Amino acid sequence: MDGLLLDIGLRHFLFVSLIVFVLGLYCVLTRKNAIGILLGVELILNSANINYIAFSHFSSGNYDGQVFAIFVIMLAAAEAVIGLAIVLGIYQNFSSIDIEAVDSLQG
Amino acid sequence: MDHPLLVSYLRWIVLFPLLGAVINGVFGAKIQERFGKNGISVVACTAVGLAFIFALRAFFQLTSLVPEERYLLDTLLRWIHIGALQVDIAFAVDPLSGLMILIVTGIGGLIHLYSIGYMHDDEAYWRFFAYLNLFTAAMLTLVLADNLVLMFVGWEGVGLCSYGLIGFWYKEQANTTAGNKAFIVNRIGDAGFTLGIFIIFWSLFEAGHGTTAVFRDLGHLIHHLEGQMVWGVPAATLAALCLFVGATGKSAQIPLYVWLPDAMAGPTPVSALIHAATMVTAGVYMMARMHFLFSLSPVALGVVATVGALTALVAATIGLAQFDIKKVLAYSTVSQLGYMVLGVGVGAYGAAVFHLMTHAFFKACLFLGSGSVIHAMGDEQDMRKMGGLREKMPLTFWTFLISTIAIAGIPPLAGFFSKDEILWLTFSGGHPFLWLIGFVAAGMTAFYMFRQVFMVFFGENRADEHTKEHLHESPPVMTYPLIVLAVGALFAGFLGVPPALGGSNILEHWLEPVFAGGHAAHHHVEVIEYVLMVASVGIAAVGIFLAYLIYYRRSLSTETFTAVGGGVPYQAVFNKYYVDEFYHATAVRGTLLVSWLCSAFDRNVIDFIVNGVAKVTGLVGWAVGRFDHYIIDGLVNGLADVTFGIGNRLRQIQTGNLSIYLYVIVGAIAVSQFLPRVGADILLPVVMVFLSLVIVVGIALWLSTRRIQWRLMFTKEGVSELR
Amino acid sequence: MESSILTLMIFFPLAGMVAVFCLPSQAKDLIRWTAFAFTLPAFFLGIWLYQNFDTTTTALQFVVNVPWIESFNIRYFVGVDGVSISMVLLTAFLCPICILASWNIERAEKGYFALFLLLDTAMTGVFCAMDFFLFFIFWELMLLPMYFLIGIWGGPRREYAAIKFFLYTMLGSALMLVCMLIFYFQAGSIEGVGYTFDLTQLPAVAQHFQTEPLLFGFSLPQIMWLALFINFAVKIPAFPFHTWLPDAHVEAPTAISVILAGVLLKMGTYGILRVNYPLLPAETFFFAPYCLAALGAWNIVYGAFCALSQCFTEPKDLKKLVAYSSISHMGYVMLGMASFTPQGINGAVLQMFNHGTITAMLFLIVGVIYDRAHHRRIDGFGGLASVMPVYTGVMGLAFFAAMGLPGLSAFISEVLCLLGAWHAYKIPTLLGALTVIITASYLLWTIQQMFLGQPREEYADMHLSEINTRELCMLVPLGAIVVILGFYPHAVLDLLDVSLQGLNEVVLSSSASSPDAAAVALR
Repeated sequence: MDGLLLDIGLRHFLFVSLIVFVLGLYCVLTRKNAIGILLGVELILNSANINYIAFSHFSSGNYDGQVFAIFVIMLAAAEAVIGLAIVLGIYQNFSSIDIEAVDSLQG
Repeated sequence: MDHPLLVSYLRWIVLFPLLGAVINGVFGAKIQERFGKNGISVVACTAVGLAFIFALRAFFQLTSLVPEERYLLDTLLRWIHIGALQVDIAFAVDPLSGLMILIVTGIGGLIHLYSIGYMHDDEAYWRFFAYLNLFTAAMLTLVLADNLVLMFVGWEGVGLCSYGLIGFWYKEQANTTAGNKAFIVNRIGDAGFTLGIFIIFWSLFEAGHGTTAVFRDLGHLIHHLEGQMVWGVPAATLAALCLFVGATGKSAQIPLYVWLPDAMAGPTPVSALIHAATMVTAGVYMMARMHFLFSLSPVALGVVATVGALTALVAATIGLAQFDIKKVLAYSTVSQLGYMVLGVGVGAYGAAVFHLMTHAFFKACLFLGSGSVIHAMGDEQDMRKMGGLREKMPLTFWTFLISTIAIAGIPPLAGFFSKDEILWLTFSGGHPFLWLIGFVAAGMTAFYMFRQVFMVFFGENRADEHTKEHLHESPPVMTYPLIVLAVGALFAGFLGVPPALGGSNILEHWLEPVFAGGHAAHHHVEVIEYVLMVASVGIAAVGIFLAYLIYYRRSLSTETFTAVGGGVPYQAVFNKYYVDEFYHATAVRGTLLVSWLCSAFDRNVIDFIVNGVAKVTGLVGWAVGRFDHYIIDGLVNGLADVTFGIGNRLRQIQTGNLSIYLYVIVGAIAVSQFLPRVGADILLPVVMVFLSLVIVVGIALWLSTRRIQWRLMFTKEGVSELR
Repeated sequence: MESSILTLMIFFPLAGMVAVFCLPSQAKDLIRWTAFAFTLPAFFLGIWLYQNFDTTTTALQFVVNVPWIESFNIRYFVGVDGVSISMVLLTAFLCPICILASWNIERAEKGYFALFLLLDTAMTGVFCAMDFFLFFIFWELMLLPMYFLIGIWGGPRREYAAIKFFLYTMLGSALMLVCMLIFYFQAGSIEGVGYTFDLTQLPAVAQHFQTEPLLFGFSLPQIMWLALFINFAVKIPAFPFHTWLPDAHVEAPTAISVILAGVLLKMGTYGILRVNYPLLPAETFFFAPYCLAALGAWNIVYGAFCALSQCFTEPKDLKKLVAYSSISHMGYVMLGMASFTPQGINGAVLQMFNHGTITAMLFLIVGVIYDRAHHRRIDGFGGLASVMPVYTGVMGLAFFAAMGLPGLSAFISEVLCLLGAWHAYKIPTLLGALTVIITASYLLWTIQQMFLGQPREEYADMHLSEINTRELCMLVPLGAIVVILGFYPHAVLDLLDVSLQGLNEVVLSSSASSPDAAAVALR
């Protein structure tokens, strides 16, 4: 158990973070649902948080990483609020939250 | 004369008539409405009467002085004082002007009285008297002026009144045309007068002994003119000739006499006052006043004498064949003025002034008499329709007859003495040929004047019945002036009885202080003088006798004379030698042609150039505008269009699809991970190549959308399409 | 008071313009009376000026000289001397009369009177300005209202006339601007003078110019003289720069014609006396025989003949006739001032004044009949004397005054001009003296055609009302001046004599050399 635990190093954390990031990215790129995309973004942000804390724990020795992770969580919350508000606005205008349907920015 | 006696009443001689003119001219219509025509005549006649009283006072003051000091001066107002030109509104009376003011106010006053009757039925009564008073004021200014410039004021002033009075009945085109003619012809003379003043003034200035325009100083300075030249001609001669041009205008001499016969269009009292007694003698008066100048130039005097004699003859010949009662008198006036000018020309200034005075009496009387006749005949002026008026109008007849005898030169009436003195001084002054001309003209004078008397007063009355019934003698206000003038015509001659006839020539002595520098009259009696006297009386008698035969006895047909030479001479005389036609064809038409040319030049050349310049400027502006529009603006707009086109193509990248954006972002980040790490020195050219590619591609894209643009810009259809 | 009087005279009308702008445009009578009221102070100040003017000195009087644009040493410098006093008075006198004459303006009254008051300011300013730059500013300022007054309130061809007037004048102004700058920079290069536009200091500059030939054998100052002359000749207007005048007059409303002929034309000759004479005296003496005397005589003759032609060639426009007669009469001014004799130069400036009053009368008289009959054809009337006797009387006074009849003002000035000119130039003077015949011809012919004879049927039934009180109020003061100056010309001559003789001496003393052969040929 200890050995197993001691064997867990930075690489493992980065690997988890990578998996979460790729899942998030995949979600963002493939989902047609705007809320799905927002969820993907949350995953990407959380993968970044994992990276922050991992690097902080294993390399610097101070708590800068943790502090930044807390900031990112706050930011993610704020972002989710604004994002959801936009989604709601889109829904009111287009009766849909499918991003394929929302292409009025087309040049 | 060097120390003029300063007085302060001479101004009133001029100011009273002027005041009368202002009152009648400005308030005349109201006065006439309120007080009737008598109100007008009271103002006018009082004004002249007061002037006459002051003139008498001046005259008697003169007589009370010793002859050498007979010079009164009244300076009214500082007038023009600029540099060497120092002239005032100042009036001077010397024996010459003293005599003239008596004639002007005296005879003028009588004619004012006569006009009360003559103009009584005229609506514009007030206007007539305003003009008449203004004329009197102007004439007195002319006579009394102490300098040339002020004299010119009177000179033109009388011309203005003459114009107004000739065209008094202005509704008739012919009257106003005659007025215009009089004014314009006189203007020619006036131009000469002014030039004469200039020449005298500046030539004296250049002589360096001071200069002036004041008569009493001119007399002293004038000899400095000798040696001065203008345009290679002696200044004195040129100045004298210029002044003489003025005199030919005002005194109706060849070549400017043509206005006077036409001036008869005015009311008859006007003809008497202005065109017989006073204004037309202004030229003679002026030359007498400037005698010291004329005496300096024998050439000028020769011209003056010749012109005078020729005028006397030419006008007399025309007078032979006229039928208008006033035209005959008009040509007679021209002829008599010719005698006066002849007198001046031979240096007989005193004799000229003498004839001026006697002529004023008998010619005024003749004109007023003719006016009386015209009045009675209902404004008929053609003598062929008159006749036999002797019984109906005895007073008019007798006064007319006396004046006719006077003008014909029968002793002892006035005209004999004055005319004969001029003729004698012409002969004795060494001009026998001029004497001969004057002598012949004297015979003609007698003929045409008696022709008139016989046609008007004798024989059968040839008027229509209506006129005959209304024939009447004129009212006393018209006949009394006739009587006074006739008395003058009877006795005025005795003022100048020559020594040859036992007289002492009072007038000559009276004028002596003025003409001291002139040719002294020949006082010694010569036999030839008697011979000439008899001859001139003889030729007058011949003239009268011919008239008697033709027009009273009718024993001699007029055709005896009219048919001479195939009628050509008669036609020439009858048509006044076609002088008017000649002037009209040359001077008038020439002037109009020049004026037309000037105007055409103005419109077609100057304005053409101006408008042409404007057009060329406009054309250049248009060209610049086109250049601006297509080349400059084309480049600017082209750049904008290129940018627009590129943008237009590039915007298609913007799909609006979030997924695609995300793919691109992720793709770009991924690709960037595999790009080689390069320095800025390589990056810059790469970016520039990339941008150039973008631009080239953009232009290609843009051209594909506006592919016809360049073709449009340089073809005609394209231009209109673009607008 | 003493020194600010000119400033007040210049800017009172400008205050009037502001006042007129503040009024509602419906209050037409109020606008008229306001405009009239604001021209009166200048008139009364003018009377005061006349009484307090010192006639014994050539110095400038009532001077104000304060810096305006200091960086270029441009100063607000106003003052009057004998050269300008008569023109200042004339302007102050004519402007109220012109307001009265504008009473019948029926379109955009507010704009009209505002522009007119601006014009008044500019004109007075031109005659008072003693700083070249200030002079130029006022000179240009005058153009603007004039352009609009002709171009908006004029006759059928008003745009053509206004533009023609504007372009002609701008041509001159451009030349003057160049000369002004040359003077300015030349002054800057001289020790003790420095950059200045001061017209009293610039005479010191003239002798520092290069005198060797520059262009066509003329030296720089000579070319400058010609350039300035062309500027002023356009305004006079001298042949061949005159054709704007008949057009402008024909199209302009009555009051503007009066201003144009009464004041604007005088600016040409005034400018020559004010600028060319003192600043370039030697060149003035050199060019005077040709540009002033010969051209002046030609102006007299040519203008008179052109006026005569109006009697019998289309359009037979009375206003055009009067316009050409103006050209003719301004020739006397040029001829007189070219003579450098006391009589000539005094006569010239007096003629400027007299022509101002007489032509004003003539144009007002044309306006009176035009208001009633709505045309101005000389042959379109006839027998007016029996329909409108008072009008005819006033007309007679004006016409005979224009003819130079003795006893009226123009006689004095024309005789002085010709008398003075005879001393220097015999042949031009001869032409000028003979032209009085032509002048008499066209005026008498006009009188005959319009006023004498039988009344025309369409006007016989008293369709034409007699001249009214307002119109008499405009004409009688002018007529009184014409008569008074005929008998007492020293009322004006006294103002001029000393200054003008001083000006003569400036020119004569600068020209040690005798006139050249061609000039002698004019004698």
